[in-house]
Amino acid sequence: MKREILTRLQSLRQEKQSVALVTRLHDGIQAFVTEDLVEGELSLMDDTITTIRQRISEDLSGVIFEADIKIFVRVYSTPLRLILIGAVHVSQALIPMATLLGFEVTVIDPRSSFASDERFPDVTMMTDWPDEAIRKLKPDPHTAVVTLTHDPKLDDPALKEVLPTNAFYIGSLGSKRTHASRLERLRAEGIDDETLSRVHAPVGLHLGGRRPAEIALSIMAEIIQTLRLTA
Amino acid sequence: MSNNELQTKQGSDDVIAIAAQWLKEGRKVALATVVKTWGSSPLPVGSQLVIDDNYAFAGSVSGGCIEGAVIEEAQLVIKNGEAKLLNFGVENERAWEVGLSCGGDIEIYLESLM
Repeated sequence: MKREILTRLQSLRQEKQSVALVTRLHDGIQAFVTEDLVEGELSLMDDTITTIRQRISEDLSGVIFEADIKIFVRVYSTPLRLILIGAVHVSQALIPMATLLGFEVTVIDPRSSFASDERFPDVTMMTDWPDEAIRKLKPDPHTAVVTLTHDPKLDDPALKEVLPTNAFYIGSLGSKRTHASRLERLRAEGIDDETLSRVHAPVGLHLGGRRPAEIALSIMAEIIQTLRLTA
Repeated sequence: MSNNELQTKQGSDDVIAIAAQWLKEGRKVALATVVKTWGSSPLPVGSQLVIDDNYAFAGSVSGGCIEGAVIEEAQLVIKNGEAKLLNFGVENERAWEVGLSCGGDIEIYLESLM
């Protein structure tokens, strides 16, 4: 692989595009395919491009054939992202776990005493109001969003903004009772039950843990389960 | 930034970012990618391993079964610049050399980054 191809691959990924790097295996000639471009030395037939785009949408790398020629398609999907509403104790535990699992983590909290660099030295922090921050971040099918503040002033606007997106996971910290009143408030705002059923609450797989790190583990477990078994 | 920090920050599976970083540091680098698997191979198609000419590596193509052999082959690919397809099966002696039996067969595309 030429250095320019690696550099181009990196720049396409940084633009948050899903991209396939296509390699003709017998001579190593390569091309890029995305939703709206085809570029590179390797020329591809229209049918092949259609097949490759189908694979991009399924995040499915593998060998395909063009006539008898073996072509390898490596799909680089948009990165997994985790957006956390609330710079709270559970968030501190979630950040290293999610990073290890390959997620880019962003924490949103407009309360400066919570969102201090001292408490969160190594993460992207946004101090916008949650709905504004979500609008900027544009959740996609590789994004999980979890509200953690327990404060309806912060959690509710975030949920209202996230629910119409195609984020693959939406979770909200809080007991069954907290969630019941949350649902009531959101219903009153005109959100229907089917949409509201997307919210995982009480959040996380039931592991019985109570410490912040244990709750973080159960949240990440549910996120991975949703991603790998249902999304 | 040290390589350890880089890997932690970007998640353990961003092999391409590590490869780009190594190239920037002036190291000679090869990239191995799983292109096909049969049977119970431990890692999916697309899994990647980056190797330099000092036997340093990051990522994985089999969870440990055949990395040693791939790293060895990579030294040659880095030297002569020619990409090659490698095949590993349970019957393949090299799969046993490191004392692990993954089960299944793996085909790997090994290319130098130039």
